[in-house]
Amino acid sequence: MLVEHFEVSVSIQCSANASCNRMSDRLTSDSVKLHSEQLGRVVSGKVLVEDVTFDVRSGEVLAIVGPSGSGKTSLLRLINRLDEPTSGTVFLNGTDYRHITPRDLRRKLGMVTQRPFLFPGTVGQNLCFGPRQRGEHIAQERIDALLANVGLAGYSHRDIANLSGGEAQRVSLARTLANSPQVLLLDEPTSALDDASKSEVETLIQQIVRQRGLTTILVTHDRAQAARMAGRALVLESGRVVRIGQISEVLNA
Amino acid sequence: MLNAFSGNQLILGLVQASVAALLGMIVVALARKRGIHLEKEALIAMARGVVQIVAVGSILLFLLRGPRWTGGLLLAAMIIAAGATSARRAKNMPGAFPVSTWAIALGAGSVIALMTWLGVIDTAITALVPVGSMLIANAMNTNGLVLNRLRSEVLAHAGEIETALSLGADSNASVAPYVQASFEASLIPAIDSLRSLGIVWIPGLMAGMLLSGARPVYAAIYQFVVLVMILAASGLTSLLSTVLIRSRIFTPAQQLILQPGR
Repeated sequence: MLVEHFEVSVSIQCSANASCNRMSDRLTSDSVKLHSEQLGRVVSGKVLVEDVTFDVRSGEVLAIVGPSGSGKTSLLRLINRLDEPTSGTVFLNGTDYRHITPRDLRRKLGMVTQRPFLFPGTVGQNLCFGPRQRGEHIAQERIDALLANVGLAGYSHRDIANLSGGEAQRVSLARTLANSPQVLLLDEPTSALDDASKSEVETLIQQIVRQRGLTTILVTHDRAQAARMAGRALVLESGRVVRIGQISEVLNA
Repeated sequence: MLNAFSGNQLILGLVQASVAALLGMIVVALARKRGIHLEKEALIAMARGVVQIVAVGSILLFLLRGPRWTGGLLLAAMIIAAGATSARRAKNMPGAFPVSTWAIALGAGSVIALMTWLGVIDTAITALVPVGSMLIANAMNTNGLVLNRLRSEVLAHAGEIETALSLGADSNASVAPYVQASFEASLIPAIDSLRSLGIVWIPGLMAGMLLSGARPVYAAIYQFVVLVMILAASGLTSLLSTVLIRSRIFTPAQQLILQPGR
């Protein structure tokens, strides 16, 4: 599989038209779920992300690490297409994401941010938000199951104003999972929490990702957290990839 | 005390304006003593106000002798000026000027056109221009309020809006709670004016009609009619403004353009 992968990668440079087809061949293979191809964003002459190319395989957890201001969150926003790349693109299941409607793309790429940004109302209403956007009704049993999954059984009718920081972040995770995403994008999911909640939420995310075999991209400034949660890591500096590989090799380099 | 000038209306007006301006400057001076500096802004506003209103008075004098369509021309010019003025309230909102101008033109303009066609507003320039300008001015204020409030709401809730987008909401759904709050807030002045009519204030139009000899009951009813027209024109303008600006604060790929610090 790796040899094939390499051969196709080399042949990409042959011609522009042929490259699209070969890229598609390569990316429709079972192994690659998401592929970032020379992704970049420049705003008012300032480079936020430059020439970022990487693959994420199905079920894999890839950590994006780097110092503050290195472009980690900017890269994640490009992957979720909350910002528009000024160069390159992303392929999801072999399809250029510019050919997927933004709503459908973002549903497939479930995102959990540093702050939970819950909507006013109850926990249950927050979980219904995503499915309701495409006209789907989410049954109370499923809400209860999702909440039990994040350790908040019986919280469905609770007002979000009465939640602790850790509980709110768990609701945010359950709300994202209610959309049945294909890839989970985690942007510093524990950095706004106190130490006790941080450890609980991290363990919870690890359990859920393993249980569901979810392909995950984790943005974190915490290298120890990256080592605990991810199989591979990508190190960003000034918006550019400086290292990518197995977590132990990359973090010990 | 100013009766000595009653022989010449123009001189009387200038003296009255000077006394009113002096009163305004006394308030500005009092504010200055408390460390609030309004001198420059107040002086410019007063100078602009007197020049503009005297210019309009002169134009009206000219128009009153002209054909009726000139009234429509004057209202169109007022709409453009109103669009530019209220767009300034919406700092950094992309396309604020065209959005404001179109919203006021369609919101206030349609109410003026409909009411003139129905005969509620007289087609005589002396009626059409003052009543029309009241609708345009109030629509302008409402438009400024709705855009200013929406801008603040979007900047304060960019995280919630992008979270909604990330969960698969379209741009309209993601911003809907903030559009609703802005719309409601922008109509508070128009609704409060209607609610307090006759109790807290007797508006200028009614006072003018009474002074010119109209029957008090008719003057009162017509004042109510004007305030309802103001509410309709302001509401329609606010609604159109929020609809038009929504497409300007998101890209076609439903990415939020208006962001804190950008």
